[in-house]
Amino acid sequence: MEQENMRRSRCDSTASVPQFCNSPTVIVMVGLPARGKTYISKKLTRYLNWIGVPTKVFNVGQYRREAVKTYKNFEFFKPDNEEAMRIRKACASAALSDVAAYFAKEYGQVAVFDATNTTRERRAIINTFAKERGYKVFFVESICDDPDIIAENIKQVKFGSPDYIDRDIEEAMQDFVQRIECYKASYMPIDDEIDRKLSYIKIFDVGSRYLVNQVQDHIQSRIVYYLMNIHVTPRSIYLSRHGESELNLLGRIGGDSGLSPRGHKYAGALASFIRGQKIKDLKVWTSHMKRTIQTAETLGVQYEQWKALNEIDAGVCEELTYEEIQENFPEEFAMRDQDKYRYRYPKGESYEDLVHRLEPVIMELERQENVLVICHQAVMRCLLAYFLDKAGDELPYLRCPLHTVLKLTPVAYGCKVESFFLNIEAVNTHREKPKNVNVNRNPEEALLTVPDHI
Amino acid sequence: MRHRSPPAEQRHGKLPRVGASTMEDKSPSSPRELTQNPLKKIWMPNRNGLPEKHISHRKVCMTNCPTLIVTVGLPARGKTYISKKLTRYLNWIGVPTREFNVGQYRRDFLKIYKSFEFFRPDNEEGLKIRRQCASAALNDVQLYLTEEGGQVAVFDATNTTRERRGLIIQFAEQNGFKVFFVESVCEDPEVIQENIVQVKLGSPDYTNCNTEEAVEDFMKRIKCYENSYETLDEVLDRDLSYIKIMDVGQRFMVNRVLDHIQSRIVYYLMNIHITPRSIYLCRHGESDLNVRGRIGGDSGLTPNGKQFAKKLNQFIQTQNIQDLKVWTSQMKRTIQTAEALCVPYEQWKVLNEIDAGDCEEMMYEEIQERYPLEFALRDQDKYRYRYPKGESYEDLVQRLEPVIMELERQENVLVVCHQAVMRCLLAYFLDKTAEELPYLKCPLHTVLKLTPVAYGCKVESISLNVEAVNTHREKPENVEVSRMSEEALITVPAHQ
Repeated sequence: MEQENMRRSRCDSTASVPQFCNSPTVIVMVGLPARGKTYISKKLTRYLNWIGVPTKVFNVGQYRREAVKTYKNFEFFKPDNEEAMRIRKACASAALSDVAAYFAKEYGQVAVFDATNTTRERRAIINTFAKERGYKVFFVESICDDPDIIAENIKQVKFGSPDYIDRDIEEAMQDFVQRIECYKASYMPIDDEIDRKLSYIKIFDVGSRYLVNQVQDHIQSRIVYYLMNIHVTPRSIYLSRHGESELNLLGRIGGDSGLSPRGHKYAGALASFIRGQKIKDLKVWTSHMKRTIQTAETLGVQYEQWKALNEIDAGVCEELTYEEIQENFPEEFAMRDQDKYRYRYPKGESYEDLVHRLEPVIMELERQENVLVICHQAVMRCLLAYFLDKAGDELPYLRCPLHTVLKLTPVAYGCKVESFFLNIEAVNTHREKPKNVNVNRNPEEALLTVPDHI
Repeated sequence: MRHRSPPAEQRHGKLPRVGASTMEDKSPSSPRELTQNPLKKIWMPNRNGLPEKHISHRKVCMTNCPTLIVTVGLPARGKTYISKKLTRYLNWIGVPTREFNVGQYRRDFLKIYKSFEFFRPDNEEGLKIRRQCASAALNDVQLYLTEEGGQVAVFDATNTTRERRGLIIQFAEQNGFKVFFVESVCEDPEVIQENIVQVKLGSPDYTNCNTEEAVEDFMKRIKCYENSYETLDEVLDRDLSYIKIMDVGQRFMVNRVLDHIQSRIVYYLMNIHITPRSIYLCRHGESDLNVRGRIGGDSGLTPNGKQFAKKLNQFIQTQNIQDLKVWTSQMKRTIQTAEALCVPYEQWKVLNEIDAGDCEEMMYEEIQERYPLEFALRDQDKYRYRYPKGESYEDLVQRLEPVIMELERQENVLVVCHQAVMRCLLAYFLDKTAEELPYLKCPLHTVLKLTPVAYGCKVESISLNVEAVNTHREKPENVEVSRMSEEALITVPAHQ
């Protein structure tokens, strides 16, 4: 406990990495409709939250939908529609107001202001707003003139929008195209000369080219790196744990044991499954631990070993059963149940540490196309939480059973998940959070949710 | 690992039943046995007890084919600075990289540099020699990338015409290399002047000139290139992969990043800067486990260690450093040390000392007694050796990469860390090889002040005059597994 106090006395964060956020940052999206601004906003927000930077999206279109219950047609967006202009300005103001509240009262660190922001005037208003309050501003402009990409965007996300719920596809497409026209006349892209003092990244043609100007600090540098690594090429990511291991059967955590007979069967089933999926250019990744490598070996294809994919280090609790942990370290066991995400095993790691360790894996997953990751329970929970936008309190309890493959396919603004249980029995290794997490609880209460084992 | 069908002896067993799907009833090919490589503790498949061909265990496949980085820009735009720095970084993270400076080839060929006239665009003789030098350099690039195990070659020259770049692209295509251009564009006369002062005046070309003469000649040299300079163009060069650095990193244009290594290079180039600053590296004060000759653990400072912390505080005050950032690990001994500085500090878990796994808190004598094989393996290859259930120096470097990246972004920083960690960081700044790195001397109670200068790094070693045990164990003569205990322990430093 003394160490815990020491840790807190000088720094606010007990995370494994310094957060390097001094002033709050407003990320301001810029671009015509259907240029991927909301896609980028949501994805970036998901990434920043996952790495531990509290971030929130403020979508002005959403505010507009709440103010103007029913969307009639593109005429609302005509530049000469004074009534509408008033409403739209009010919505932008309301959103900015909420941004300020998010920073001041909700401990937010980054706000993503998702709107077209296509005029210099509008951007100046936001800049002033930010300067007055000591926020940093970083613009993200998406520029694209490829009609195919724009049409695909409209199909993917606009048809499902509340604005077009009662229209047929043709109508919706027509209307949306007119909507874009309304912005075109007054669109002033960020200018290399006039705006040279602003901090921004311009993304051209979905990432073919980038222009980056005046990156001010660490978080902006990370944002730029992330934006330059993501792509929209369709692909799938397969997540699976190793086959059942010898230690799994004994109810022991961690270690570096080999596969049980059923685990070997799973490896074979996985190979068949993968073959059946007929995946183009599949990359296969494992950890450095025997059980994931044994699982991959059966696939008969090249695989890469990543130390970063190793299971969470349980330190002094390595290879113990939960019963033994309760007996030898009852306090630790209770603290873990109190905050499973932040709890660090003595001489080991926490889920929070794991996330930090996995960040390069996520970055590389973003760069890649079809990948199969064979890993471990805690690791898989962290990766899944990134793709499904799960927060720290849910992450450590995500269900990642043995012998089940999760297929993740990006779609619209999110991720489709398909779960395939390959029909080979395995022990359950999922321990739910027990009711009583108090240090003074009885051993029975602590062990109530421990899954069966030999 | 190549894709291959199971060897004959594994195929016998089930014959496909007539009418049944062969995929469905194929029994899993019996998996190859795995053995754990004793040095790196990597699980590798083997056949008949012998390890199979070395499989990839790099943390990520950087690139499928070798990469040729080509600098572009007028003289005094920082091309060589960038080339050397990038090469140093890539080698440190484990990507074999070498730079090929065409100016160096020219100097080796010509022996004596007379004046800027050599570079005049109408100097036929000069042009011929320069073309030959470029060819010679490319030839060496080819050898390096195809026969010497190189993965990245940095071709450092002006490459200011589209024609020259076209030739290089052709060369790369013929050899199956990827090309990535790094252009540096700068029109700020002050920056250019400073460049010239920092690195040109000291160049072999100008050893016999006074400053005035040298600057004047160099300016004329730049002029020789200006008329034919064709900068990378958004439209004309849209199919090339490149980064254009403008005004020393104020602005960047990035086009068609093809793979992981290019992405890492872009990220690195976007984080470095040339603002003068110093980086201070030191270890925690002497710890209880230090004096007892035990490695690892999480002990507190001894009275000497606390004395060091006080002296460190005084030292930092006298240095009068502007906006100093202080970083520690999450281990008690570095935090205790930083506490004495009475300034805010940031804790990084990745700055924690190397994890000695099963050997944590043991003395070298105990390691020799209980794990003599491990002890010998470590002496055989201290960089790659991984402690059982622990880490290797190689692992440490991977873990420290974000620290290096952030150190590049920052200005004045004091890093209070540990022996192995400090060795890794120092090796990055001083361009030390994997063989040298684990034996770099990083004694307790000594601060290393690193100041970037010209193409490298000035190091000042400041001992704060507080006694401490020596924790540096030299590589013993006999590293064989069969050696006697005495031979193994001969270099162990004294302790309680």
